[in-house]
Amino acid sequence: MPDRRGVLELSLDGRRLNAREGQTVLQVAREHGVPIPTLCFLEGLSTWGSCRICMVEVGPQRVLRPACATPVVEDMEIRTESPRLRAHRRMILEMLFAEGNHVCAVCVANEHCELQSAAAQAGMDHVRLEYAAPQRTVDATHDRYVFDPNRCILCTRCVRVCDEVEGAHVWDIAGRGESAHLIADMNVSWGQAGSCTDCGKCVTVCPTGALFVRGTSTGEVRRAPDVVVRLTTARREHQWLPAGEGQ
Amino acid sequence: MGRVVTIDPVTRIEGHARITIRLSEDGTVQSARFHVTEFRGFEEFCRGRTVWEMPSLTARTCGICPVSHLLASSKAGDQIMGVAPPPTALALRTLVNLAQIVQSHALSFFHLSAPDLLLGLDSDPTVRNVFGLMAREPELARQGIRLRAFGQNTIEMIAGRKVHSPGIVPGGVARALTVEEIERIRAGLPEALETATVVLELYRQVTERFDREIRSFGDFPSLFLGMANDEGTWEHHSGHLKIMDAVGNTVADGLDPADYREWIGEASNPDSYLKSPYLKAFVPPGAPVERGLYRVGPLARVNLCERMGTPVADEALGDFRQSLGRVPSSSFHYHHARLIEVIAALERMEALLADPVLTGPSVRAEAGINNLRGVGVSEAPRGTLFHEYEVDGDGLLTRINMIIATGQNNLAMNATVTQIAREFVANAAPPEGALNRVEAGIRCYDPCLSCSTHAVGRMPLVVDVLDSQGRRVRRIARD
Repeated sequence: MPDRRGVLELSLDGRRLNAREGQTVLQVAREHGVPIPTLCFLEGLSTWGSCRICMVEVGPQRVLRPACATPVVEDMEIRTESPRLRAHRRMILEMLFAEGNHVCAVCVANEHCELQSAAAQAGMDHVRLEYAAPQRTVDATHDRYVFDPNRCILCTRCVRVCDEVEGAHVWDIAGRGESAHLIADMNVSWGQAGSCTDCGKCVTVCPTGALFVRGTSTGEVRRAPDVVVRLTTARREHQWLPAGEGQ
Repeated sequence: MGRVVTIDPVTRIEGHARITIRLSEDGTVQSARFHVTEFRGFEEFCRGRTVWEMPSLTARTCGICPVSHLLASSKAGDQIMGVAPPPTALALRTLVNLAQIVQSHALSFFHLSAPDLLLGLDSDPTVRNVFGLMAREPELARQGIRLRAFGQNTIEMIAGRKVHSPGIVPGGVARALTVEEIERIRAGLPEALETATVVLELYRQVTERFDREIRSFGDFPSLFLGMANDEGTWEHHSGHLKIMDAVGNTVADGLDPADYREWIGEASNPDSYLKSPYLKAFVPPGAPVERGLYRVGPLARVNLCERMGTPVADEALGDFRQSLGRVPSSSFHYHHARLIEVIAALERMEALLADPVLTGPSVRAEAGINNLRGVGVSEAPRGTLFHEYEVDGDGLLTRINMIIATGQNNLAMNATVTQIAREFVANAAPPEGALNRVEAGIRCYDPCLSCSTHAVGRMPLVVDVLDSQGRRVRRIARD
């Protein structure tokens, strides 16, 4: 008889499924091929749950929960699609677009941008809110990379990958609310940030065109965010050490 | 009482414009002005962006000739990086400019001007458009559309998209052409060249009907500015600048585009968003800037060169000069020059597509910021285009100046409008055909005022008659 310890049963969009204890709603949904949009979430990094684009409805009361940060429980009833969820996701995207200066057509990440893809999938053909049009200065002081805060959605992937994988902790969020913004070290320009190792992990996980390689022209950004999983897996499994060492 | 006739908007040009004709008390034309009524602000909002984004940003200036902005901007970027693009990249940039000249001139001739030239300036305005042309001359209209498509498809293959292509970048181009793509472009050349030669012959036949227009559509002596090369052949991308006077004397040659500010001044106008560039050396202190009037574009380029440099185009140039003189002066002949350029561009493409340089190993030079200023120049279909950038040490733009071809023809367009109005407008209620001639005169320059185009259909044309106090005393609507 198979070991059923730690196995839960739940309902996902009306389908009865098994899941393992400790999994999140997002993990279970992805395992079963059910798409849930994400922006701040990145496999291999700690969960932040700030963008709220992965909201799902849970239970008979249809409580809104972020799929990336919600563990599954026995008999959980999850809905990933509803008119309300579609409306919420679209509103979140519109707010992200209205808050910064996102001009897809001339962006380095055009056609390779997770924000743009999410908007396209959500059918966001226009923004109903007034654009904030903030004045933000591009930081091109680093020898290899550029930070354009106009395109930053404060997902903190760069903050987490730098802290958790590279161990340098160059990036942080300063300010609150609409004043929140990304800073390097103790609020110096990136080029002056002595803790930066120039590794580029932050650049490769950025979901938009906010961080990019110097010299990149429109539409030329190519990301490889799965590098995080490869690195963290390799470290955990000691894949790069000769057999027997480091065990 | 002095009166003002306003044509607003001007149709079948790229952008938004208005013409005001000021009449004196006896009804004769006192003066005429061409106003550009839209504000763009590119020089302001590009500040703070990286030099590598500038080609794409400035390409948005226009949907018809974005390639010109991509090229001028990338050349300015080359200078700021301090690099020479690899030979393959230079060949691909040359090829894409030739393709653009073909597509843009095809648009200008077939879609915008042919309705006037082939259907007649006094023909029914409801069918005097590209659809009317399709009804009357379906095969010709089809050929024109296919010629433009050939140019656009070539641009797409080289630079990634037909309009606002991302593939031309500081340091070179984003990718090379494959052998298959080269063959696909070559396969389209024979039909394109056939269309170009047929339409040139047709044009030469119909111009006999336009004697009066040729005499009045900007027929005056002027200076001409454009790119030239040491061989004396037609140049459009990598030469120096040359200025010629109205009788063919070289006024200045071998000019470095980087020094353009030394010889081009820009006058602002209170009634138009289009500045009026002029040649400083011809305007003594206190004299009107009109003294420094010069023309750019197809007529200037064809006048400036000794020969086109390819057999069919040289034959066409020979006929052009035999019938019109060494330096034809009427802006009506821009149409003729445009058709010669299409032939030359197609012949140059043919030669370039057979050159092994196109499949070289490298297409992009990479570098950081090595100069704080760069000036890029390209010959746009409509004339010489300047992009001047200043950057900080990180490569962020601190100052941008763009001088577009249409701006450089601004003084000439004003002079043309005045000349036509004097010839055809005799009172405050001019007939439709007369107003159309004023527009058609502007259209000789194929002005590219923005990315919007009114190529299709017909926009309402309103003529306001104003008294000397600016009060409207009459409105004539063309419907």
